[in-house]
Amino acid sequence: MSAARTYAVAFAIMAGSLAVALLSLLPAEHALHVPGYVVALLGKYLCYALLALSVDLVWGYVGILSLGHGAFFAIGGYAMGMYLMRQIGTRGVYGDPLLPDFMVFLNWKELPWYWHGFDQFGFALLIMALAPGLLAFVFGYLAFRSRVTGVYLSIITQALTYALMLAFFRNDMGFGGNNGLTDFKDILGFSLQSDATRAGLLIASAALLSLFYVACRVLVGARFGKVLVAIRDAESRARFLGYRVERYKVAVFVFSAVMAGFAGALYVPQVGIINPGEFAPANSIEAVIWVAVGGRGTLVGAILGAILVNLGKTIFTGVLPELWLFALGGLFILVTLFLPKGIVGAWDRLTAKRMAAPIVATPVRQPEAGE
Amino acid sequence: MRKFLITCALVLFAALAANPAGADALDDILAGFASSKYDEIEKTIAALAASGDVSAPAILDALNAGSLQVAGDNKLYIKGDDGSLKEARSGAGAPGENPPGLKPVKVNNRVRRAIEAAMGQLTLLSPDPAKRRTAAASLFHAPDPAQLPVVEAAIAKESDPDVKHAFEAARAAIILATPDAADADKIAAIDLIAARGDEDAKSLLDGAAASGSPAVAAAAHGALEGLERTLAMWSAAQNVYYGLSLGSVLLLAAIGLAITFGVMGVINMAHGEMVMLGAYTTYVVQQAVMAAAPGLVDFALLIAVPAAFVVSGAAGIAIERSIIRFLYGRPLETLLATFGLSLVLQQAMRSIFGPTNLQVDNPSWMSGSMALGGLAITYNRFWIILFSIAIFALLTLVLRKTALGLQMRAVTQNRRMAASMGIRTGWVDSLTFGLGSGVAGIAGVALSQIDNVSPNLGQSYIIDSFMVVVFGGVGNLWGTLVGALSLGVANKLLEPVAGAVLGKIVVLVLLVLFIQRRPRGLFPVKGRAVES
Repeated sequence: MSAARTYAVAFAIMAGSLAVALLSLLPAEHALHVPGYVVALLGKYLCYALLALSVDLVWGYVGILSLGHGAFFAIGGYAMGMYLMRQIGTRGVYGDPLLPDFMVFLNWKELPWYWHGFDQFGFALLIMALAPGLLAFVFGYLAFRSRVTGVYLSIITQALTYALMLAFFRNDMGFGGNNGLTDFKDILGFSLQSDATRAGLLIASAALLSLFYVACRVLVGARFGKVLVAIRDAESRARFLGYRVERYKVAVFVFSAVMAGFAGALYVPQVGIINPGEFAPANSIEAVIWVAVGGRGTLVGAILGAILVNLGKTIFTGVLPELWLFALGGLFILVTLFLPKGIVGAWDRLTAKRMAAPIVATPVRQPEAGE
Repeated sequence: MRKFLITCALVLFAALAANPAGADALDDILAGFASSKYDEIEKTIAALAASGDVSAPAILDALNAGSLQVAGDNKLYIKGDDGSLKEARSGAGAPGENPPGLKPVKVNNRVRRAIEAAMGQLTLLSPDPAKRRTAAASLFHAPDPAQLPVVEAAIAKESDPDVKHAFEAARAAIILATPDAADADKIAAIDLIAARGDEDAKSLLDGAAASGSPAVAAAAHGALEGLERTLAMWSAAQNVYYGLSLGSVLLLAAIGLAITFGVMGVINMAHGEMVMLGAYTTYVVQQAVMAAAPGLVDFALLIAVPAAFVVSGAAGIAIERSIIRFLYGRPLETLLATFGLSLVLQQAMRSIFGPTNLQVDNPSWMSGSMALGGLAITYNRFWIILFSIAIFALLTLVLRKTALGLQMRAVTQNRRMAASMGIRTGWVDSLTFGLGSGVAGIAGVALSQIDNVSPNLGQSYIIDSFMVVVFGGVGNLWGTLVGALSLGVANKLLEPVAGAVLGKIVVLVLLVLFIQRRPRGLFPVKGRAVES
């Protein structure tokens, strides 16, 4: 994809979000006023899009199908949630200046050590990147070094997020257990209830998404990205050519996890809650289907897929809640059977046919065990 | 002998009550039923039970049923279902017209509890050894010093050595509970109780160690030490049993997957939903049997096993033909498509049967439990262990000894060569997938007995099942067996140390680490073909 098109996509995201954000600040009786919930909804979609982008980077370009990216998303979200909890201060139900409500409720006397520092936004920001990145590094280092690939990797990533879900459900973990973290009041001194803050968060999400989109595009366009594709298509050959395959994999896995962590961090203030349900394996798999619908290995497809599927979900669950799972399940089946390259892939093929132009790269099929 | 016992008890009672008139003591006792105070009635019940009279059980039964009537002259009558009156003591028919002042004896919940206790005590003297034994056991659990004379009389007359043993234990418990018993008696009682070596003995001895005189306390402490060691051993054994039970459940859930994933290499995320289909089939079969032939309800499960196999197997074949065969060689796509399928199946069941848990009853031969030494073995778990082993053996036989099994192995080892030899590979694929799914359905029958039948049933097992197959080694049924049992036991042994959730997390983390050390599982299939 040309640089011009890349910047056009980033520009479109920014311009669209900016327009919506500004319109939401118009007086309520104005004809073009956008209600606050639409802003929050759009912001949520953009966070999902960022998550999808991170999945696409590892799945589309390195062939790592992670079914546990929701874990990085949720960890980033918890880091933000902890900052927001500390901001509540004495305004909680129990009015304790130091302890969040759920700790008072559990009769805890002291703030656990890992909650210290979260009153500083800078520290929280650091953890949002560090915690998912560190988990991804440890997990990725162990997995890729022992050459766990393909479905085995998918299954253990799923087990990872499942184990984390069970852990975060426990009250004595100190993350609010079942209920998670909620009842937030403000972020950086701005009330989370105000339209202006929501508009600001939407713009922040759009900016972060555009930034990471451009970064991913640069990454996959560079020599580094070519190696990633080589690993995806013929891992052993890349290794025999002298590339340290596991280092490339770990690096891109960590980068992707940090991306997912930031997506989660921006998601939390916009929906107002983070709970262990975000770790559910089904959530991670859903993120994969966004990428599949949009088109894996295209980056822009991931963004498109996340927004389209979630738009569909919002409409469906409002009108025909019974049928949503049928629709989502059907989408999984139909896309894998009939649209293996997603919407973007299908579009590219159409335009390629018309222009009788360049060969569309087809990944070499990975040989699998037992063949 | 029975008469003698009764006389014996009567004499005993007469001595206790010290009735100088020598009139029929029982009539005096029974007169208490005429009272309108529940306290009085309760006391009367206790006295009646202590008397051990032959008519006592019938009277208490009638009282419990509310058909005991008392006349103006304090004589008791039992009203039959047809309204006829019978004299309570003799059982003889009452005179033609109702005696004057007839009214029912008052009963409330407290009285009913007193009746229950009294019945337990009466059975100490019952002619049925099994009943005497239960009575002794209940007395052991709730020793009542007032019962000591009755128990001693019972011991003297007891001929069945087992029951006699139970009575002696009860007597020992009573002695320990009697504050003013002699120290020597108490120490003898401690020895006797310590020999039982169970949780009840421990709580009794704990009491003795805390309250008795120094000599008694020392004896109790000594006995407790040995006892605790025995108990710890039994509790470890119990955990292993729970672990085996959990392992057998995992085995059932995973063994179908061992075929579809292990042998065919197909990632079927809808495997859990095949299990769920089996559980729902069990529900439907049970409802149908209940409607058509209520007498056969106990055997509904036996009908459900083949039915679930057919339903889930047919669903599996349909899935293979319509979706999976287009995705062979693309495992990640298969994973996504079958995950979508699992969502559709869950929602379908939710739409048809509703989102709530359905009630599937345990047949009578699967409810209850038995004690084996210090182990409590519940029948449903026990049957599931046996059942899972039977399914495993059967499946191994099918794979090893039948033509279908041979063809399956041929196709998975070398598809092109198998096709050249005239094996219809597409057909074998379908049947293999159908077999794996059908076995999952059978697992659903077993799981319906111990878990909630709801659309989410399969979800809770799918991750564990994959872990078992990957842990045991892909393409190897024995690996699945060892994997399932060791994961189950590890889980249950960790539980008392780390708690249920943390134990599970620890097992998951250990597994993830294990897979990274040995990506091909415990029992990898050896050979060049494996290394793609």
